[in-house]
Amino acid sequence: MTWSEMQPLLEQACWDTLYMVGWSTLIAVAGGLPLGILLVLTDRGGLLQNLAANKVIGQVVNIARSLPFIILMVALMGFTRSITGTTIGVEAAIVPLAVGAIPFFARLVETAVREVDHGLVEAVQAMGGSTWTIVRKVLVPESLPSLISSITTTIVALIGYSAMAGTVGAGGLGDIAIRYGYQRFETQLMWITVAILAVVISVIQFAGDYAARSLHRRGAHSGPAPKLRLLKAAS
Amino acid sequence: MITTSGLTKVYRARGREVTALDGVDLHVREGEVYGVIGQSGAGKSSLIRCVNLLERPTAGTVTVAGQDLTALAGRGPRAGKELRQARSRIGMVFQHFNLLSSRTVQDNVELPLEILGKSGQERSRKALELLDLVGLADKAKSYPAQLSGGQKQRVGIARALAGDPKVLLSDEATSALDPETTRSILALLRDLNRQLGLTVLLITHEMDVVKSVCDSAALMENGRIVESGTVSELLATPGSELASALFPLGGEASGEDRTVVDVTFQGESATQPVISQLSRTYNIDISILGAAIDTVGGLQVGRMRIELPGRYEDNVVPIGFLREKGLQIDLLGHDSEPVKEGAK
Repeated sequence: MTWSEMQPLLEQACWDTLYMVGWSTLIAVAGGLPLGILLVLTDRGGLLQNLAANKVIGQVVNIARSLPFIILMVALMGFTRSITGTTIGVEAAIVPLAVGAIPFFARLVETAVREVDHGLVEAVQAMGGSTWTIVRKVLVPESLPSLISSITTTIVALIGYSAMAGTVGAGGLGDIAIRYGYQRFETQLMWITVAILAVVISVIQFAGDYAARSLHRRGAHSGPAPKLRLLKAAS
Repeated sequence: MITTSGLTKVYRARGREVTALDGVDLHVREGEVYGVIGQSGAGKSSLIRCVNLLERPTAGTVTVAGQDLTALAGRGPRAGKELRQARSRIGMVFQHFNLLSSRTVQDNVELPLEILGKSGQERSRKALELLDLVGLADKAKSYPAQLSGGQKQRVGIARALAGDPKVLLSDEATSALDPETTRSILALLRDLNRQLGLTVLLITHEMDVVKSVCDSAALMENGRIVESGTVSELLATPGSELASALFPLGGEASGEDRTVVDVTFQGESATQPVISQLSRTYNIDISILGAAIDTVGGLQVGRMRIELPGRYEDNVVPIGFLREKGLQIDLLGHDSEPVKEGAK
């Protein structure tokens, strides 16, 4: 294969990957952020303590997380078809990618939000802030550096998943690497896709780290290191 | 201004019950600085957190500015609208400042105003005014991480005042600060108390804090208030633990045939130079073994341990003189009951 043959293929594949990963990241954040916050709020000692709801959400998240992505993709085919009308192609791949990434991101959000010092929550309660105010003005902004790192991790994981989605006809870089690089012995093309993926992931990781660090630098914390306070201490 | 009655808080964890507050009756008058002192675990932290219902009392009532907060609380763990409104009129400062690291100093002070739904212009005007009041006008655009502990607590105080509260709760506000900074923060609290007529309820484990700013104090032990009153009242109470902790006296008799007397000054009697009068009137030499005198609320209060030559029997008249002056006299080394007026 010559470069002029490879170029349009690679270009299209790059766009497909970005498209799949971009949309599924957006959906994962939109779904995983509230889910992760709910996991914290409904837990013991949380502002909306509801242990039954916490168990249910936790179990659903665990089950979804424990399924290998390729199985999730196949299992969700019916669901995918009911939403996109097809199970093949880039749009169809977004459904399982997003469904797989929501619980993944939710767990990361949970960890990040738990790190927020309980004292800050109390301070805003003492000002007369509602639970919603606490979520908007304390939990999310205070955990933003960690949340951004979590988004970075999720994007990188989604690029990996999207390559798997490629094998069932979703397009993207993974698809090129399998169909041309592996099945047609176009070794050169395969190495180029590997290089592109490596560069893309490095750039995303770097950008994410940079954003998280620059947010963190101005903040550090007020007072001593935030404590992980799951239970309210007596007295 | 703040009244709690029969306030009880029981924590249940893993089948065990811990009684943090055991029927606390507290009364804080309007415009005073009230200190609750006790060792850690005495329940003072639970007490202050029950006042704005951050902690739900198991039993008892809390009234702040005439409003029964416990009645507003409702049943669930969530704070209803009315309770939240009441809380916005009570300022609170914390040991670890609890400033949002993601916001600038000014934005931290604006946060309570955002919750109250004030306009952006009003918020920034008020925030800058308060930062000026606490002496941090030049730090408005800094982040909390760039400030020292004392500066952070000043921001915490400015933030607590944003909603124009009548009451300020201080939860160990100076316990994380060095002595120098502690003094300046306490002086600030005192100024705010005077300038704004702010009622301050503070909890602390440091006697110095009570001594330097409080008009009244209460001592907590095992979830109960064991002593309480204004500083003069406490001094006037024979055997008051708080009074002797606030005004510690040392010194032993220098020999046999000496009479050691603890003299407590409070109220009007403290304004007269009684010791020199005593010395001149009876022509006796008086040694001062120890003294702890302070100016509280413009009045000199405190205790002094003096030694008079001769046995008690020889000193009945001078001691009677001191009593006549309205001083409280405790005889040391006289195992019999503290001698009553004109005895023997």
